[in-house]
Amino acid sequence: MREKLVTWLAIIAGLFLAFNLYRIFLVLPDDAMQGPIYRIIYFHVPAAITGFVGYFVALALSVLYLSSGNFKYDSLAASVTEVALIFSCVNIVLGSIWARIIWGIWWTWDARLTSVLISILIYSGYLMLRRAIDEPTQRARLSAALSIFGCLDVVIIWKSIEWFRTQHPAPVLSIRTGGGNIDPAMEHMIYYNLLAFLLLGTALVLVRSRQEGISREIDSLRRMANAVERHIA
Amino acid sequence: MRAVRQALQVARKDLAVELRTKESLNAAGAFAIVILLLFSFAFDPAAEETRAIAGGLLWLVFAFAGALVFNRGFARELPNECLDALLSSQLSSPSLLLGKAITNFVLLLVVEALSLIVFGIFYNMRWWLHFWELAGVFALGTWGISIIGAVFGALTVNLRLRELMLPVLIYPLLIPLLMAAIELTNILLGTGALTADNLLWARVLVVFDIVFTALALALAEVILVN
Repeated sequence: MREKLVTWLAIIAGLFLAFNLYRIFLVLPDDAMQGPIYRIIYFHVPAAITGFVGYFVALALSVLYLSSGNFKYDSLAASVTEVALIFSCVNIVLGSIWARIIWGIWWTWDARLTSVLISILIYSGYLMLRRAIDEPTQRARLSAALSIFGCLDVVIIWKSIEWFRTQHPAPVLSIRTGGGNIDPAMEHMIYYNLLAFLLLGTALVLVRSRQEGISREIDSLRRMANAVERHIA
Repeated sequence: MRAVRQALQVARKDLAVELRTKESLNAAGAFAIVILLLFSFAFDPAAEETRAIAGGLLWLVFAFAGALVFNRGFARELPNECLDALLSSQLSSPSLLLGKAITNFVLLLVVEALSLIVFGIFYNMRWWLHFWELAGVFALGTWGISIIGAVFGALTVNLRLRELMLPVLIYPLLIPLLMAAIELTNILLGTGALTADNLLWARVLVVFDIVFTALALALAEVILVN
């Protein structure tokens, strides 16, 4: 059942992405100011949103694990964080390519760039912490605590860096600006691609969480085998 | 009230041990002075630009020296299973964590005082002109570093790569606090006038301290179960 769901999600996400690619590259016109490079926005913005949605979902799953002790939530939290981290990396790399063309530089210490980079560092630490702990209960508990600390910190970083400096283009989506900053056809394309990214992200999370569950099962079988071996000896 | 009393007892015990051995203080103090000395080679200590980034230099020194203090905080309890004994005693987990944070706070303030004196001499900086404002910024900033240090000291205490993991985990989390503390220290060491805009940074410090202290105490049971 679960495998079928993953397969169908992946197929739908793939088809949706292919349709979006066709629209982005062959139907929508170039931007009047930036030329063809503006198309990065169709991947850059959805990747950023998918990444941040992932961090908040991981926060909720970590809280659920701590309140229920169910390892399913731990596997899901770890998988969501991993996938969100990949989307954040996609976001930052694409942004860098766009900045090289438009600003002439790969990187600037701007509010949003810095906050995404810091969130990548925090969640890389989360994954490193998980690898450093062998005992499953301890790993789940401590990484859930780190996920809660990390997510709250990302919110504070986001706000404080916003006061610090900003060079990044102002928001263009009408839900932030009230409309008028971007052609509706272009804006809708961003939402379509966001939906495709979210579907793809969900499929990846389901695959990854299954792997997490299996590796935990293997780990507990290995422990049991060791205990039996010691008992016999 | 009982929890605070327990926390103070833990801190008193740790500070008494530290006063006898001086292992964290000596290491962190010496490390802070060496870093300040190295900075003087990287930047011209007399240049005006260096004065403009003085707050950044100082807080980097405090954060680096802090990692040495935090590493010892819970690791000190590992020999002879002292940590297990503390956890199975009547002491509540939030009290233990709070006690460790208070110890970190006091030790880091001592290192900061020492660094500030050395900094004043090496860099010809008259930091005492706005002493009370600076003391307020240092107290707020140091508490934030100390509570995060206590949480992650506890979180990494049983890890194989404890010394490596601690800095990797705490520095990204400390960025908003360090940014605010650096901004305010730069202003107080430079022009000295805190305007309403600058007080925004003081608010970041206060919010950071409150949010993470509350979170640390709420999650103490999770972090400290052995």
